[in-house]
Amino acid sequence: MSGHVRQARVRLPLPRIFPVGCYAGRARVLVLRSALGYRRSWPVLVSGFFEPVFYLFAMGQGLGRLVGDLPGPDGAPISYSAFIAPGLLAASAMNGAVLDSTYNVFFKLRYAKLYDAMLATPLGPTDIALGEIGWALLRGGLYSLGFLSVMGAFGLLGSPWALLALPSALLVGFAFAAVGMAATSFMRSWQDFDLIQLVIMPMFLFATTFFPLGVYPRSLQLVVESLPLFHAVELMRDLTTGVVHAGLLVHVGYFVVMAALGTIVAARRLRALLLC
Amino acid sequence: MSALRPVSGKYGYGHTSHSLVGFVRPPGYRRAVSEDGFNSGSENGAVLVKARGLSKRFGPLEAVRGIDLDVIRGEVFGLLGPNGAGKSSAMRMLACVSPRSAGSLHVLGMDPDVDGPAIRARIGVVPQLDNLDVDLSVRENLQIYGRYFGLSRARARQRAAELLRFAQLADRADSQVESLSGGMRRRLIVARSLVNDPELLLLDEPTTGLDPQARHQLWDRLYQLKQHGVTQLITTHYMDEAERLCDRLVVMDAGVIAAEGSPAALIKRYSTRDVLELRFASQVSRPTPTELAGFVERVEELPDRLLLYADDGEAALGALHRAGVRPRASLVRRSSLEDVFLRLTGRSLVE
Amino acid sequence: MAELTTYPTPPRAAGRVLPGWLSALVVVERFWTWYRHGWRATAVTSVLQPLLFLLAFGVGLGSLVNTGGRAIAATGGVPYLMYLAPGLLAMSAVQIAAFESTYPVLSAFKWQRIYQAMAASPITPGQIAIGNLTWIGLRMLSSGVVYVLIIALLGGVRGFGVVLSLLCATLCGLAFSSLVMTFASVIRNEEVAFSAFFRFVLIPMTLFSGTFFPITRLPAWVRPVAWVTPLWHGTELSRGVALGTLRLLPALGHLGYLLALLALGAGLLKRRFQRRLST
Ligand SMILES: Nc1ncnc2c1ncn2[C@@H]1O[C@H](COP(=O)(O)OP(=O)(O)O)[C@@H](O)[C@H]1O
Ligand SMILES: [Mg+2]
Repeated sequence: MSGHVRQARVRLPLPRIFPVGCYAGRARVLVLRSALGYRRSWPVLVSGFFEPVFYLFAMGQGLGRLVGDLPGPDGAPISYSAFIAPGLLAASAMNGAVLDSTYNVFFKLRYAKLYDAMLATPLGPTDIALGEIGWALLRGGLYSLGFLSVMGAFGLLGSPWALLALPSALLVGFAFAAVGMAATSFMRSWQDFDLIQLVIMPMFLFATTFFPLGVYPRSLQLVVESLPLFHAVELMRDLTTGVVHAGLLVHVGYFVVMAALGTIVAARRLRALLLC
Repeated sequence: MSALRPVSGKYGYGHTSHSLVGFVRPPGYRRAVSEDGFNSGSENGAVLVKARGLSKRFGPLEAVRGIDLDVIRGEVFGLLGPNGAGKSSAMRMLACVSPRSAGSLHVLGMDPDVDGPAIRARIGVVPQLDNLDVDLSVRENLQIYGRYFGLSRARARQRAAELLRFAQLADRADSQVESLSGGMRRRLIVARSLVNDPELLLLDEPTTGLDPQARHQLWDRLYQLKQHGVTQLITTHYMDEAERLCDRLVVMDAGVIAAEGSPAALIKRYSTRDVLELRFASQVSRPTPTELAGFVERVEELPDRLLLYADDGEAALGALHRAGVRPRASLVRRSSLEDVFLRLTGRSLVE
Repeated sequence: MAELTTYPTPPRAAGRVLPGWLSALVVVERFWTWYRHGWRATAVTSVLQPLLFLLAFGVGLGSLVNTGGRAIAATGGVPYLMYLAPGLLAMSAVQIAAFESTYPVLSAFKWQRIYQAMAASPITPGQIAIGNLTWIGLRMLSSGVVYVLIIALLGGVRGFGVVLSLLCATLCGLAFSSLVMTFASVIRNEEVAFSAFFRFVLIPMTLFSGTFFPITRLPAWVRPVAWVTPLWHGTELSRGVALGTLRLLPALGHLGYLLALLALGAGLLKRRFQRRLST
């Protein structure tokens, strides 16, 4: 359902950005195909939901006892669980989107030759790029919804503003999926995927997911503040704790730009690779 | 290796055409059994593989159903049959990687159930499915395989260099296996199987999937090995390959042996010298086998043509013409193992 | 039509049956030959990952832990970095075990068929299994050495007990690896089985086995789960010898459990390889 809505939104400006013939407006076919592909291995799909929950439970319960309360976005102390939960929400949106748009797309591109077959139909590279990103979003959105419910059940949602965390997670996922896909189009072999790990893993650990920016010296703070995951974590944390302010728009703007750039590069590169 | 040692010469394989089951034993046979239990039987005539009632079951399926085999040192022995006949299953038992379900089996005089590693140390295996180590280079594949067989590092290196030349892969020594063509990979596998100077080489469909040129290259290598006295057991479903390579062969179908002997003897026993192939414009103009029975020894009906068996094909064709039979096309050729198989099973070998 | 057949002198085979331990070492040699090409890729995951965890949790989060009074009770008064480092050593061994015992083992059976190639030589399936397990042990040991050096540079090492930590961590990883390899040689649908394994076994185990905090900080009903995992025993041992807080009786208990698990796992593993490689 959300696939159709997204479709309608992005369809208008695209023909101007991408040459005619690259886009048939049928990206949802790709989403459908991905969903069907998981019919046999749905446990894989479902299990993805549990990873952040385990983290939340272990770190919140166990480490929380060692760390105690931490200052929240507005300076008021919040429990360690409440501190890391939005961080994990952001990180899982990133992880899911990156996984779907890199490993899985690369496999289809190189080995399954899936896209070549699709391009024999009216579908163009833009359909493929949007379709794959759409699927990654659909999946990521479901995980985010699940995780938000768990947070609610644990009493970690401090304000109704938290409802906005879901569309925010989708935006974050879109941006990461678009950039991930653009990066994948440059990959030559599986070896190159270590680079992705090299980017994702430090971000997960250092972009204020588990501890506040204050622990770093100022010079490192500047580095951390430039990371996309940092903006995602801050955005989520402000929303789930109900500290809403104009600065949130900066985070949103960050991801809008990232998503736009990623999509354009991904579609251009795919076009070059697949010979539109 | 150039001096070919003449052997007694009394055991021409032609004799076997007289008996379907038992082979005429070569003279050295009994002595080899009783005196040195095959182990040091480096002389020709020792029986390297002896199977009696050899069977293999996979659950309810009996893939090999009690076959008897004797492979004699120095010969190239063929195991012929369509897909699913049980050739690979039999080979894997001989290679001591698959335990037999029933029957007795001796390879190099030893029982695989007891002495598997000792037997494997002395044989070479070319499996039907490629299992080259794709993470390693061509040279490393050979070297590490030598190490599996207990060669010293220096010996393995030296052996790898020899085998690279043998397989005509010296210029690809440091390539990754993935970059090799199908024919090169197959040659590499054959080279790998020789790393321990095996006394017995088991080749499971060595040329399946290769183009004609690559097949010929591989046949050359196998012929060289034969010249060097390596006993070979080859499975194939190509009749031309069997006729070209094998001294003796058995035809397997549905897990049992349908016939055995030398290619020539099998043809002589189960077929005529010539075969006349006739194609007709339509089923209506095509005569029935009974109408043709008087002209030739035997008739086989295939969907697209008739096969007429006669010792003199040209003469039979002339007689048919005179009798008013008008095929759209006709061909006279020599009988092949294909015809033997057709005769024995009523099916053609390569479907 | 009797034909004269003449054969040259047949060859004498050069292959021989090696003693069991040597055969296993030859299997190790195969993995080493392979590893020489691609060690950089694995270095990223096996050394960098625990290092990043150490920096993030030991140094970053550690700065918060040390200021809180409750932490003293949990870590026994040692700085959080020192508390965490031996735990991460065990965790990294278990992670290497998990990665090296899943897809590589499955692929060696199913796609690359290198085990089948080995099994056609005098090496037996059991020796192949033990050789592969030994290789994984060496991987854990060598990454562990690098890792210990890095901890030492960061000031997370208290004394030479850390050498014993390394051995304990490797034992723990080996016990786990033997079981995971057995699992990998049984399964059919790898996509589902492995993702279930990583998400429902590996990740919970690394989170709930006392690496980051004592399991007494968990709700009582979760603790028995930790007691079953090899990682908890490995962590207790590794941390105990590194900090010098280990008492004899618990030490023997943890050691006994890990050794028993390894013996069980290795036994099952040999049986599985034997079954799968001789169909
Ligand atoms: N590992 C196995 N498990 C079950 N059935 C098998 C196995 N290997 C072979 N078969 C079956 O045994 C029969 C003979 O197979 P195979 O020996 O491979 O024949 P061939 O090599 O002559 O084509 C086939 O029906 C095949 O499906
Ligand atoms: Mg076969």
